[in-house]
Amino acid sequence: MNPIKTLTNGLFKENPIFFQLLGMCPTLAVTTSAENGLGMGLASTAVLICSNVVISLLRKVVPSKIRIPIFIVVIATFVTMVGMVMEGFMPALYNSLGLFIPLIVVNCLILARAESYASKNGVFISTIDGIGMGLGFTWALTVLGAIRELFGAGSIFGMSIFGVAYKPALIMILPPGAFLALGILLAINNLLKSRSA
Amino acid sequence: MENAGIFVILVSSILVNNFVLSRFLGICPFLGVSKQVETALGMGMAVTFVMTLAGIITYFVQKFILVYFDIEYLQTIAFILVIASLVQFVEIVLQKMSPTLYQALGVFLPLITTNCAVLGLALLNIQYEFGLIQTITHSIGAAVGFSLAIVLFAGIREKLEIADVPTPFKGFPIALITASLMSIAFLGFAGLV
Repeated sequence: MNPIKTLTNGLFKENPIFFQLLGMCPTLAVTTSAENGLGMGLASTAVLICSNVVISLLRKVVPSKIRIPIFIVVIATFVTMVGMVMEGFMPALYNSLGLFIPLIVVNCLILARAESYASKNGVFISTIDGIGMGLGFTWALTVLGAIRELFGAGSIFGMSIFGVAYKPALIMILPPGAFLALGILLAINNLLKSRSA
Repeated sequence: MENAGIFVILVSSILVNNFVLSRFLGICPFLGVSKQVETALGMGMAVTFVMTLAGIITYFVQKFILVYFDIEYLQTIAFILVIASLVQFVEIVLQKMSPTLYQALGVFLPLITTNCAVLGLALLNIQYEFGLIQTITHSIGAAVGFSLAIVLFAGIREKLEIADVPTPFKGFPIALITASLMSIAFLGFAGLV
């Protein structure tokens, strides 16, 4: 299989958020700012790449009946490691993501890639798939976070965009804003898809 | 929240901090199995069952295994294994004991393993340093809150099926916007506790 095609597949054509609607919980919960979205995306990417590599290496020795528990243990191990690294080096980000770091374990995106891709393909191509899907997830989270931060706090990555006169629409940072922003993004995405088709 | 009363925990977990609409836990089943009220109700029941059991078991695992042997860093791995085996176990027991209930819940049970609400609940119970009674209350409250949200949402989506929705908004986008409006409604409960 063509590595570049696999890479762009995850980034655009089969973007986990806009096309597959996988990993919705962290998507909605942590995107209160662009920085949080980016941090969550990169943490998930790290886990996804590592778990794809290991699961691809193990694909011939894992009995198919108990594969799901084995995949989950592999994923949980990497999540614990990523969590520890983040706690040590990025305590502020670790605290603002909070509960959702351990919850990367149950991010359906990671298990879905393990089950549908890494357990059937070689190590190299699975790594590429992990990078593609992970970065696709990351940019989608960052865009969503940036939009919510822009309207909800008038800034992007903490830098003020609209100036002091702007009255932030607090609702965008509160939970309803997450559903609303993603709903509208998906609608725009559908519109673009129907235009190009 | 350590010393919060039972009633306060119950109200707060059902309405104020609703798992789906304000904590964003369990979004996948919330969006995935909410096309019909009947299936939503089945999912709600299965989740209630598993969440309550998982809350109690993880409490003991944390107290008597992880803290006792000083291996709290294995929390995530231990909890997800407990939940996965619990779901398997419940499935087997239900199949033997109550075939009718199994038929009703059957399809939804395997899905619960990757329902972040269950793991999230277990981790939150530990974070809030709840005692056993508080853990049970919080687990039941959270599960009832989840069922409430998913059943209400399914009711709205059934009506949406026959509504005239602009083409780009058909399917998931309009569902998410509906969820957004429900979430605004639930924001009204803030300050209740």
